[in-house]
Amino acid sequence: MRPYKDRKNLQKKAYYTDRFWVAPRVPRESIEKDEVFSKDFESLTKECPIKEAYLEVGQMVLIIDPKDNLKVLKHLKEKLGYEILSELSAIDYLAQDGEFEIFYQLLSLQKRKRIRVKCRIKEGEAIESVNSLFRSADWSEREMYDMFGIEVNNHPYLKRLLMPDDWVGHPLLKTYPLHGDEAAQWYEVDKIFGKEYREIIGPEQRDAAFVDPNDTCNFARIKHEVPRCADPNSEPEKIEVFNDDAPLVETFDLKKSKIVEDRTR
Amino acid sequence: MAQHQVNYTNGGLPVALTTVDKLVNWGRTNSLWVLTYGLACCAIEMMASGASRYDFDRFGVIFRASPRQSDVMIVAGTLTKKHAEFIRRLYDQMAEPKWVISMGSCANTGGMFNTYATVQGVDRVIPVDIYLPGCAPRPETLQYAVMLLQKKIRKRTIFQKQKPKRLV
Repeated sequence: MRPYKDRKNLQKKAYYTDRFWVAPRVPRESIEKDEVFSKDFESLTKECPIKEAYLEVGQMVLIIDPKDNLKVLKHLKEKLGYEILSELSAIDYLAQDGEFEIFYQLLSLQKRKRIRVKCRIKEGEAIESVNSLFRSADWSEREMYDMFGIEVNNHPYLKRLLMPDDWVGHPLLKTYPLHGDEAAQWYEVDKIFGKEYREIIGPEQRDAAFVDPNDTCNFARIKHEVPRCADPNSEPEKIEVFNDDAPLVETFDLKKSKIVEDRTR
Repeated sequence: MAQHQVNYTNGGLPVALTTVDKLVNWGRTNSLWVLTYGLACCAIEMMASGASRYDFDRFGVIFRASPRQSDVMIVAGTLTKKHAEFIRRLYDQMAEPKWVISMGSCANTGGMFNTYATVQGVDRVIPVDIYLPGCAPRPETLQYAVMLLQKKIRKRTIFQKQKPKRLV
C-alpha cells in the first residue's frame, strides 16, 4: 500500500523553490590522483603543450590550443588507446567570452577511461577536421557546422546535416530565437507556394491558448452557437440534439444541468 | 431433389434499385486506401489500428505505400519544415478525389513543438478534412475519424468537383 501523505497540509508542501539557486560547481581535482591519467598526461605533454588539465567526475579534461587538436587526438588515439570518439560538438559562449568551446569526448575500452578535450575558438575562425582519425567525426562536424556555423577545414563533405540546405542561420546559437527568425517562420510557405502567398496563408499561430472569438468556422461559441461560418453576431442556433448518430449516448439537456458561476470553485 | 431454380416472374427478380451517387459513394467509402504517412509516435497508433486487434481492413482501409494508389492521407506525427515540401509533393501526386486526416496534436497545430523547425499545423501546407485531437490518439479515435470521413464522403454527389479548399 502507498504510504499516506497529508496532501491538504500546505505547510508541509515544499512548493517553494529558489529561482536564483545556482548549482554548485563540480569539484576539480588534480590529475595526480589517477595513475592512468597522470601517465597519459606525461606522455602527451612531450608531444605538444597543454594549457590546463584536471579531473572532473572521474574524467580527465584537457584544455588545448585549437591549432593542436589533430595532433593531440592523434596521439591519444594511436599511442594511448583512446580509440572511440563518442561525441564532438560546440558550446556557444559568444555572449560571455566571444568564443565557441569545442569539445571532443574520447573513450578507451582497454583502460576503461574517458577523456574530454576542449579548445576555444573565436567567431569566424575555422577548426581542423578530425575525420581522418575518427569516422564518427564526419557527421558530428557537419552537425556542428549546421548548428553553430563553425567551419571545419579539410572536411570531405561539409554540408548541413539536420536543417535543410537553404536554411538561414544556425539554430543552436544563443542569439537564434526559439520560434525562428523571419526566414524560418515562413520557410515552408516560401518554399512551397512562394513569397506572394504569405498574406493568404497568414502568420503562424504559436499561442496554444488562443481562440479567435470571431472564428465560427473552426470553433463554436459556447452558449452562443451560430451556424457554421456565419457572422459571429448573428442569431444563435438552437441545438436540440447533439448526438444524432450516437443512440446510446444520452442527449445533453441544458435545463437539467447546473452551470457553476463561480469559476474558482 | 432440391429446387435451385429462382422464380423471376412472380416478384422474385433479384434487382436492387439505387442512385448512382449512393452506389459510387458506397464504393468509395468502403475502399479508403490510405497513404502510409507515419512521421512520429502517432504512427505507432496508426499501425495498431491497422493490425488485427482494431483491424482497419474491415473498413476497407488498406495501407498503401504509394500516393498514386491512395485516397486518404493520414498525417500521423510531427511535420518538420524540412519535410513540408515532400508532404505537399506527395499530396499533389495523389489522384482526385483525395482527403486528409490530420492525426494528433503535432499535425494539427505543431503541438508541444513550438519551435523553429516544426510546421505549426499541416493545414499550412495541405488542406485538411478531419482534425483528430490527442497525443497520441488511440486507435479507436482514428477509427472514429475514418467513420466520420466516410460520412463526409457519403454526403457528396459524384459529379460534384472537389471544391478547392481553404489553402491555395
